[in-house]
Amino acid sequence: MAQAERSTIDPEEVERFSRIAAQWWDPVGKFRPLHKFNPVRLAYIRDQVAERFGRDPLAARPLDGVRILDIGCGGGLLCEPMARLGATVVGVDPAERNIEVARLHAAEGGLSIDYRATTAEALADAGEKFDVVLNMEVVEHVADIDLFIARTSEMVKPGGLMFVATINRTLKALGLAIIGAEYVLRWLPRGTHRYEKLVRPEELETAISSAGLTVIDRAGVSYNPIADRWSRSKDMDVNYMLLAERAT
Amino acid sequence: MPVATKDGSGNLDILIAGAGYVGLAAAVAIKSSRPNLSIAVVDAAPAGVWQKDGRCSAIAAAASRMLAQLECWDEIAPVAQAITDMIVTDSRTSDPVRPVFLTFDGEVEPGEPFAHMVPNTALNGALRKQAAALGIDILEGVAVSSFDQGLSGLTVHLADGVALKTKLLIAADGVRSKLRDMAGIKTVHWDYGQSGIVCTIAHERPHNGRAEEHFLPAGPFAILPLKGNRSSIVWTERTADADRIVAADDFVFESELEMRFGLKLGEIRAETKPRAWPLGLTLAREFIAPRFALAGDAAHGIHPIAGQGLNLGLKDVAALAEVIVDADRLGQDIGAFDVLERYQMWRRFDTWQMGVTTDVLNRLFSNDFGPLRALRDIGLGLVERAPHLKNFFIKQASGLAGPAPKLLRGEAI
Repeated sequence: MAQAERSTIDPEEVERFSRIAAQWWDPVGKFRPLHKFNPVRLAYIRDQVAERFGRDPLAARPLDGVRILDIGCGGGLLCEPMARLGATVVGVDPAERNIEVARLHAAEGGLSIDYRATTAEALADAGEKFDVVLNMEVVEHVADIDLFIARTSEMVKPGGLMFVATINRTLKALGLAIIGAEYVLRWLPRGTHRYEKLVRPEELETAISSAGLTVIDRAGVSYNPIADRWSRSKDMDVNYMLLAERAT
Repeated sequence: MPVATKDGSGNLDILIAGAGYVGLAAAVAIKSSRPNLSIAVVDAAPAGVWQKDGRCSAIAAAASRMLAQLECWDEIAPVAQAITDMIVTDSRTSDPVRPVFLTFDGEVEPGEPFAHMVPNTALNGALRKQAAALGIDILEGVAVSSFDQGLSGLTVHLADGVALKTKLLIAADGVRSKLRDMAGIKTVHWDYGQSGIVCTIAHERPHNGRAEEHFLPAGPFAILPLKGNRSSIVWTERTADADRIVAADDFVFESELEMRFGLKLGEIRAETKPRAWPLGLTLAREFIAPRFALAGDAAHGIHPIAGQGLNLGLKDVAALAEVIVDADRLGQDIGAFDVLERYQMWRRFDTWQMGVTTDVLNRLFSNDFGPLRALRDIGLGLVERAPHLKNFFIKQASGLAGPAPKLLRGEAI
């Protein structure tokens, strides 16, 4: 398979995240912004998955039995809530230290999550299939977006969903998400995001349809500085999420 | 020990210390929305002590909407006295006629009075009944002796030697909260040098649902209507005077009371033994610690001048329950710091604002200094003449101001 020889992993990015792995679960540490950001994306995933599989989103375990893959899972900030909601979760991350932190943390909380220090491509090569594939805040860190989307899409079962969340490549995003968040507010370590690696929604949509999936929903995510909260909005200029399905 | 846990392991999701209205309402509010969470309540007081509480509390409209949402209000309603109007006067005890400065027709919505007077036992009893119906265990006569921080939860050691593991510990153990000290949370505290004398009185003539607040030189003197020809009084005096008044025989007490109460409702008689409670302001510097949250008087003991203590406590409960329920619905760890932080942000500012407001009101009114009296009377006169301002105070008093949590708006979480 020709594709398998090319990798979507950017070694520099993997190294940068490894250095701060221990801080994943420190709510006032380097990943504080991600903790703040978590509720809005969790609600989006829960509601969309519940709707697709005919569940009540407010039930105790609305995702019971749904097989979810979280790509670039880091310390498990998404995997743990998904597991609590009943999902069968596989979390992959190329950074060995992230997976160590994630495993330790899940064990402390008594959660059963299948964490693997590997790449999405390796899983695709092994022929793994999932009801839901999560590419959350990860495409801006990969080396080849088209290839990455193609390989991760392979793993979506017919009737299944893929979520992609990232940052738009706009001047507004440069101002808010890079200069604002990394240099002015110091929410994120400098260099977390590089402007040229950001992705426009239309670029992602092209990659997704080439991969045989159909984009069925688009949502912006905006920050309210007064309430210090993130919420869903129509504005996709900075943070946004796309939802795609594989036809049955 | 019969603690209801999901897996019988003694692992709880939430342990609440304090079976007063705050702790019970928190348990009921969370469990009603998330039956999947295992919740238990512990209280140091022996079983049945709560039934000996002879006091009554003012329950604002927002709080009674919340109690209705928690399916407790129907149980309370038959013994709740609506406050249908309220007058405020600024006077000396010797004034033959007390000029009325403020009158409120107390309805927030047609047919919905802005507050009710409710016996504490009725409130507590209704919450206990609902807690039992939801399968919440209440362990009485057991104090919390200590708790240790673990990575995914707290281990709480009870005085009887039992250890419970919980993801979140809520301290609703009152103004002198022991758990607050154990969590290392400091408070800002000062004494007013005043005590509140509390007693239920019977009178000859009906009160017609009217509440009165007289700003006497020693502090506010409030008359709050109860069912029948009875009223609850909250009477502020300097602590030494208050101790002397409650220690005096019935005849002396009743004549002191009559001097302040007047004869407009006919003969008056003390129905319960008067008790004096020292008044102070206690505000916790933090409302949260890792896997730990303060609610009610444990977070804030304020001056009873505006009758807001209970309502502030229920507001904490409504906000905390909403934050926890939302987090659990998202699969988040309900004891995580970023979850609890939302509760703290929501409640701390509002609480300090109420604490400072009641403090300023008390300083302004517990005073017989001529120019100050003139000034505050002008102020009250202005409020009386400005419908918008008056409306603002009614909204404040009914607890319907500000970004209210869903339960206080009478909505389900």
